[in-house]
Amino acid sequence: MALNFIPLADDALALMARQNRIDTARMFKAAGNGHFGSCYSCADIVTVLYFAVMRLDPTNPDWPDRDRFLLSKGHAAPTLYSALIRRGFIPESWIAEYETHVGSRLMTHPSRRYQPGVDSSLGALGHGLSIGVGMALAAKMDHKDYVTYVLMGDGEVNEGSVWEAAMAAAKFGLGNLVGIVDSNGLCVDGRVHDVMPIEPQVDKWKSFGWDVSRIDGHDLGTLRKVLAAQRGETLARPRMIIADTIKGKGVSFMEDIRSWHSDVITEEQFAKVLAELGAQP
Amino acid sequence: MTRLRTSAMIASLATEGQCVTAAPFGHTLARLAETRADIVGMTADLGKYTDLHIFAQAHPDSFYQMGMAEQLLFAAAAGMAREGFMPFVTTYAVFAARRAYDFIYMAIAEGGLNVKIACALPGLTTGYGPSHQGTDDLAIFRSVPGLTVIDPCDAVDVEQATIAMASHDGPVYMRLLRGQVPRVLDDYKGQFEIGKARLLRDGADVLFISTGLLTMRVLEAAQSLAFDKISAGVLHLATVKPLDLPAISDALRRSDRLVVVAENHAITGGFGEAVLAHAAREGVHSRMRQIGLPDEFLDAGALPTLHDRYGISTKAIVERVKAWL
Repeated sequence: MALNFIPLADDALALMARQNRIDTARMFKAAGNGHFGSCYSCADIVTVLYFAVMRLDPTNPDWPDRDRFLLSKGHAAPTLYSALIRRGFIPESWIAEYETHVGSRLMTHPSRRYQPGVDSSLGALGHGLSIGVGMALAAKMDHKDYVTYVLMGDGEVNEGSVWEAAMAAAKFGLGNLVGIVDSNGLCVDGRVHDVMPIEPQVDKWKSFGWDVSRIDGHDLGTLRKVLAAQRGETLARPRMIIADTIKGKGVSFMEDIRSWHSDVITEEQFAKVLAELGAQP
Repeated sequence: MTRLRTSAMIASLATEGQCVTAAPFGHTLARLAETRADIVGMTADLGKYTDLHIFAQAHPDSFYQMGMAEQLLFAAAAGMAREGFMPFVTTYAVFAARRAYDFIYMAIAEGGLNVKIACALPGLTTGYGPSHQGTDDLAIFRSVPGLTVIDPCDAVDVEQATIAMASHDGPVYMRLLRGQVPRVLDDYKGQFEIGKARLLRDGADVLFISTGLLTMRVLEAAQSLAFDKISAGVLHLATVKPLDLPAISDALRRSDRLVVVAENHAITGGFGEAVLAHAAREGVHSRMRQIGLPDEFLDAGALPTLHDRYGISTKAIVERVKAWL
């Protein structure tokens, strides 16, 4: 039960983050390919949200008082699926059917139509923060104290709609909205700073009226601290967490390699992934 | 002769002496919200030109000004709808259709969310040129699964459609007639219902199958044709999607008359092609012709001149129908 759920301590969080990467690998193995790099860069962030921060009730996925989570970088869906599985929203048996056939309930991008616990279908980059603005406005109208978390990729920040939402969140004083940029420095065609530079990120968000923290996105203790829900209508400024991460974090031959944004995995590579993560084959 | 004005924003579609209603959408929505706390209004700096300012004045706490940011506008509306509110969202048809399409498709329609979109300047209702003339919105929005698409004929349709949208479960796109909007449907039986065609008048020689503003025009054309002993009927479909296919099939069964489909939209991909495609699928053999705007970037200028030039004025319609007979 959500209300009795005890947030995991840091050592348990580390185990859960490892489990998340293992679950993700098993899903990609079932499918034959996947967005390894994109998932592994945000596995720690998502694990901290679901196991140490967010107010949830797996027995009531649409509980009106739950905290909201929008995976705006929807291509990292398996990372979210693992969190939903380990928190008890969806059964573990769904891992094996990931993208295996038409009608699989777990697919490349999160879909609210098929998956309990998913707050919005996402996958078209640049949507999440604007949807989050709407949810945070609704919370204020309803006088509810839930927090809306939106996780974006750093390449995604190139989308103009992100900055439309940035202005609106400041205008409406959405202290109940928390944005997170999974800043792994890589997008499909290369380094973010070559494809379309986004720095200085902190200055940009500050100048748009947000409170900004820049942290190591793999440091579980720091993540727990900066992501902690702050509830109450006195909060007037939206919060942005720039999380510096490593794409493919946790698997030596994937770390900071652009091609592992999304790739096919061989039997041999899969065995190596499991070995590095300390899992049984 | 008075000089024709070009101004799109203040020009009325009404002809001299025609009965009009001011801001039918804004007033109807403001009245609805008196008993519906879930209704919110949202716009992208076009409250004044979409009549939403009337709602904003009546219900300031339920009104959200999102600035010139249409992608944000529609995605934030999706977020509000996800949490149980019913946003009525306004901008111009061109900005909804061309700039925010992905957001309407994915954030709103894919979730079947209760967002009600009302967009001004549909088809050729402004002389401002292609940047503001929404001649392609029906083609674009017809292709969104589960999105109801409404093209009202007049102020009566707008009022009744606004009420129907608020009772409907799911996303809706309405082409908005704003400002001083002509009233013509008071003189006809029946009322607006989502997905239902209305036979406004029957005719032996010609049947117009029309939507939106062009229904007003073909009603006038039918009256004019009557002076020349040509009997013309009008089947009005204010809902472009879902189309009332049984009503169209019924109408097409009488193969002895000319059928003219008419819309305030480009002839490519809109209402007319939807009706023609249905006729083809059904294998109905009928003499069918299409009235709509050409597949071109249209000129700017005074609306009456443009309506004549592009064949959607009453006079132009009458001339073309006579030539076809």
